[in-house]
Amino acid sequence: MIDWLALTVALPLLGSVLAAAIPARSPGIGMATGLLTTTAALSVGVLIAHAGELRSDLGGWGVPLGIALQADGLSGALLVMANLVALGISAYALGYFASGLRRHFWPLWLLLWSALNALFLAADVFNIYVTLELLGIAAAALGALTGGQAAIAANLRYLLVGLLGSMTYLLGVAILYTGLGTLDLRLAAESLTPGPLAWTAGALMLGGLLLKAALFPLHFWLPPAHAQAPAPVSAALSALVVKAAFYLVLRLWIDLFAPVVGPGPGILLGALGAGGVIWGSWRAFRSERLKLLAAYSTVAQVGYLFLFFPLLAAAALPKQQELLGALLLLALTHGFAKAGLFLSAGLLQKHAGHDRIAELGPAIRSLPAVAFAMGLAGVALVGLPPSGAFIAKWILLTESFAMDRWWWALVVLVGTLMASAYVFRLLANAFGPAAHQGAVELGGDVQTEKIGRMIQAPALLMALVAAVLLGLGAEPLWTLLGSRSP
Amino acid sequence: MATQLLFGLVGIILFLLGVWSFLAHRPLLRKLIALNVMGAGVFHVLVAVAYRGLEKTPDPIPHALVLTGIVVAVSATALALTLGQRLEHEDD
Amino acid sequence: MTLRHLFLLGTLAVIGAALAWVFWDAVAVQAPGRLADMALDRVPESGVSNPVTAVLLNFRAYDTLLELAVLMAAILGIWSTGPDVPGFLPAGEVLEKLTAAIVPLLILSAGYLLWVGGHAPGGAFQAGALLGAAGVILRLSGRPDAGLPPLTWLRLTIVLGVLAFVAAALVLMAAGYGFLTFPLAVAKWVILAIESAATLAIGATLAAAYLAGEPLGVRT
Repeated sequence: MIDWLALTVALPLLGSVLAAAIPARSPGIGMATGLLTTTAALSVGVLIAHAGELRSDLGGWGVPLGIALQADGLSGALLVMANLVALGISAYALGYFASGLRRHFWPLWLLLWSALNALFLAADVFNIYVTLELLGIAAAALGALTGGQAAIAANLRYLLVGLLGSMTYLLGVAILYTGLGTLDLRLAAESLTPGPLAWTAGALMLGGLLLKAALFPLHFWLPPAHAQAPAPVSAALSALVVKAAFYLVLRLWIDLFAPVVGPGPGILLGALGAGGVIWGSWRAFRSERLKLLAAYSTVAQVGYLFLFFPLLAAAALPKQQELLGALLLLALTHGFAKAGLFLSAGLLQKHAGHDRIAELGPAIRSLPAVAFAMGLAGVALVGLPPSGAFIAKWILLTESFAMDRWWWALVVLVGTLMASAYVFRLLANAFGPAAHQGAVELGGDVQTEKIGRMIQAPALLMALVAAVLLGLGAEPLWTLLGSRSP
Repeated sequence: MATQLLFGLVGIILFLLGVWSFLAHRPLLRKLIALNVMGAGVFHVLVAVAYRGLEKTPDPIPHALVLTGIVVAVSATALALTLGQRLEHEDD
Repeated sequence: MTLRHLFLLGTLAVIGAALAWVFWDAVAVQAPGRLADMALDRVPESGVSNPVTAVLLNFRAYDTLLELAVLMAAILGIWSTGPDVPGFLPAGEVLEKLTAAIVPLLILSAGYLLWVGGHAPGGAFQAGALLGAAGVILRLSGRPDAGLPPLTWLRLTIVLGVLAFVAAALVLMAAGYGFLTFPLAVAKWVILAIESAATLAIGATLAAAYLAGEPLGVRT
């Protein structure tokens, strides 16, 4: 009997072991493991589509003594997205890294992948802590891979801030265990009553996670860390790692704390999210460098995700399902879009030798596929139809008006406007006189590379999914979450 | 029971001291020590919860959690120290 | 003490008071039965008699697996930053004699702790920590490789813990028992095997971490 949930975690661990033990073969091992793991994740997705929920008691002990893995519509969809994006990043990484960095990249990358899967499937609050630490250490190590001063400094800060968040979260877990006597999410939700315990444990656990999810104003560590990392790592950091922390906030909020703490914290989260949308979009617009723009865009997108919280808190059950579906769709779309954007940015950077937006014109014009991918990613980030983000933002807008909370709608509109500004500013460089592939004029001593055909594919594919497929194919998501489609 | 309260409260104080030091001090080494003090604080709380009086065997679950936590904290500290050292050497 | 510091201290004091109250309330007033009785009752089914080892290596083995992965991630991350830093000068006579006396004792104690962990305080992590300490002492007394094997073997040792754990779990899953489900008949030996592999891996990882880089061995 095959435990697909456990396999999504165990396969990358095994792959990482092999890639670390046999560095010469690490790319092949890495890609093979990636394919197997994605297959396992897709199996989980299919099983959930049929059965609604999947749960596995590891060791056969059952909760609360042992640890369980669980997947429902929400985590299953995110799991599938994460694995598909990771597969795309892996394919890209095959061609991206030179031989020196390659043997360091793959084992760490597979560990990060395993941590992501373990996190989405976690059902035990202490287990979540361990997966967070694995994720944080692997991510920081990968971010600093290029070895430059700025990269190491930015990712060291990322590591330290991440540790602050995890320690705070762990204290919350300790307090929760002291008061409830269980570490399982489901059992804790059953025993948790409104009161100081819920407030303190909630504040600690959610506070620590918010630091990792980069909610404004706790986002300060993100732009440098994501901008300095190598392109495939930046894609993973922005599209997946931040998303994982956000997922945990959402999960703890819905399952554990929302029933017992009332609507106040939800409104606070929404307000901070609004701040993130405005500030992130503004800084993205003002960025001189492409990867920094993409990183600030992530801050803004995370803000959008948090705008759903006050509405979720105030809505009745059927509306909640619809809002949750929209939130999920936005998260999935952003995952693919941001990965596509960062991978494209990486190719441009390799081709031009730098990522200063103002001077990227020739490079963009000589790599039309990459420009197209960036354009599609931009469409998804702004939220134009037919992308999934459009549907999600539409629901967000209509619901805010329907519930007489029009100010959230205002934030969405302003944010979308600003997103259009920075996306179009970026793409404006693409519409100039045509140029030959490879005939790029640059100053003398900058390192440039020719970009092969194969490596452009993953970015294009992911941007396509974000901009088109998710929007057109959003219906199954609603059934996955168990409600009618809008 | 007084032992339990003492350990737990000391743990909370250590945690808060660690947070203060992390936020207030700039050098990397002090931040790392602060993080480890925070960790020690959380472990104190967990060990306090495990105590069930002198007659009964203590609760093994928090002890296991502390062991796991210690290893994780050491791993993270090791990586942070190495990254910090690379930063210093690059300045030379 | 600036205004910002005062504000921070004030906030922390308030948070501390709240935490203290909640903790006191949870421990003294409510005092729910936690997992202790359930865990202690089922220890005989786990294959070992030390309750903490039973929790770590059986009930919550999945946490321990991920924790070994965290250790592996840290050392892989450390290796990715570059070659190791230059070591210390060879030790003087006193340090040399002390090292020669202490390191074998540490290794013996590690083996003892590993074995005794099944029925008394001890286990893989404790034993691994002692081995790591032995490595650090060797490095401090002038040996640049900290007593570790050459790089290809070192790589294998580092991954041994996670490898043994995942392999055991997958084999048991394929055999129909379930991922990380140890049948009572073989539980003790599976746990001992995993712990032995983990001890070597932990010891090597801790000693290697002290090198602060990859021991590429280009220096003699």
